[in-house]
Amino acid sequence: MRRSRRDLVWIPILAVLIVFAVPWPLWGVDLVVAGLPVWIWWHIVWLGICSILFWRFVASGAWERGMGFDPSVEGGDRP
Amino acid sequence: MSVAVQLGIIVVYLLVALAVGLLAYRLTEATAEDYYLASRSFGTLVLLFTTFATLLSAFTFFGGPNLAFSAGPEWLIVMGALDGVLFAVLWYVIGYKQWLVGRRNGYVTLGEMLGDRFGSPGLRGLVAGVSLIWLFPYVMLQQMGAGEALVGLSDGIVPYWAGAALITAFMILYVVLAGMRGVAWTDTIQGLFMLSIVWIAAIWVLAAVGGLGSATGSMLEARPDFGSFGGGLYTPGFIISSAITIAFGVTMFPQINQRFFVAESGAVLKRSFALWPVLVLLLFLPAFMLGAWAAGMPIDVAEGANVLPVVLNEYTPFWFAALVIAGAMAAMMSSSDSMLLSGSSYFTRDLYRPLINPDASASREAWLGRVGVAVFATLAFFASLLRPGTLIEVGDTAFSGFALLALPVICALYWDRTTRSGMIAGVAVPQIIYLALVLIPTLPRSFGGWDYALALMVLSAALTVGVSLVTSPTAESDASRFAVAGD
Repeated sequence: MRRSRRDLVWIPILAVLIVFAVPWPLWGVDLVVAGLPVWIWWHIVWLGICSILFWRFVASGAWERGMGFDPSVEGGDRP
Repeated sequence: MSVAVQLGIIVVYLLVALAVGLLAYRLTEATAEDYYLASRSFGTLVLLFTTFATLLSAFTFFGGPNLAFSAGPEWLIVMGALDGVLFAVLWYVIGYKQWLVGRRNGYVTLGEMLGDRFGSPGLRGLVAGVSLIWLFPYVMLQQMGAGEALVGLSDGIVPYWAGAALITAFMILYVVLAGMRGVAWTDTIQGLFMLSIVWIAAIWVLAAVGGLGSATGSMLEARPDFGSFGGGLYTPGFIISSAITIAFGVTMFPQINQRFFVAESGAVLKRSFALWPVLVLLLFLPAFMLGAWAAGMPIDVAEGANVLPVVLNEYTPFWFAALVIAGAMAAMMSSSDSMLLSGSSYFTRDLYRPLINPDASASREAWLGRVGVAVFATLAFFASLLRPGTLIEVGDTAFSGFALLALPVICALYWDRTTRSGMIAGVAVPQIIYLALVLIPTLPRSFGGWDYALALMVLSAALTVGVSLVTSPTAESDASRFAVAGD
């Protein structure tokens, strides 16, 4: 159960990932970049970032520690 | 002539899917765990695509482009944020723990899990009953989508009822013959098929109209408001309430929730979670942008018709348009057969056996589950003939109904102090209020773009926690059923 304080950093990270999947800062912006409205590009890039950070999150094992579950007891659940 | 070929392509596609189901059926063992959960044996590819294909229904495939066409491409953002990100996080938060306790205690349904934890057949039946109520409009939605798809494709030669009837027949046949394994196998094929076909369609149409820049350019000429983010239908209230009710609702859909149980290992669950946002984006981007671009195309979309088939008929060969519609029908079918399969497990395991006939034999239960599927789908078919609203409206109603279950369930999973009375109050009261809001047309459903379901979600959490605090756990409840610490 070590590192539990560092695990908490995932709460704000996931919250930011969820909230800004909607491009709020671009509200009302009508700029077109490379054939698509710029806020659509934001969304595309954002979902890519989500995938990468989700991967880091599951690999960190933070959620297992949060649930009090030790994967090593039940066999190799590492991704 | 071309309509006959198009129909032929669709029917052949549905038959191929059926053949795959039959193949899987030969591998299915005669146990409920295998029929409903394929013995919890899914790897990443199958889990990812069966969840994906189950999630993508008429709501996504036709409703989405329709809304992008009429109100703007912001729908891509709403669906991407809720399905791609918020649902993924909830899948991990709810699904991981459900998977752990499900594997340990052998649960097949959500109601069974909660009923066992709180020692309450009543709670088990309540959760199953509520789920079946909201499943009904969602099955209907698929039939409406299929009916409208064939009307659009055949220019009205195939009547609405015939398309709806066709998909109903295939749905019933499919679930009665194949179990979860068959459903998941065809989901995987159909998911891959849909993903490729929608990209080919987008590229084809873009090539025909002169490229990405020119498609967006004509869209903005016809509808200048489509270029700026927000405005019109898309108020912050609408975006946030749609995203929250749908994402939470989806986790409680029987067919999605049951998939939380089926991963082969934790690693499968983790890989699926990380790949999810990209997979969702890959499908939504071309599908919804096609709808939005259509606003600038010289096409004529009749009132109540789906925009996607009209665009395809205009810019791609007729056989290709038929393939895309077949893909969309496949999307609806893979949602519907999963819904009916899960619905049948809720009915037989959580309502019939515990409350009506505890001594039913396994074969009677299996027989009853299949008859139940046929009756349920047929009733939904007749209701779909009345066309009570647009695809998005009907879908939204069902999503919100399910969303009201989510917070009490999260509470039960993570808070040991949750009591049976807390759960029953947290589930039943918001459902009764919401049902009244839906069924009594004079009552308002939203306030300034904010869905009342959002307030009812808060109420469900408050009641679960509040009532739990003032009641004590019953003797039959056992919090250790949900413990996951290594033992």
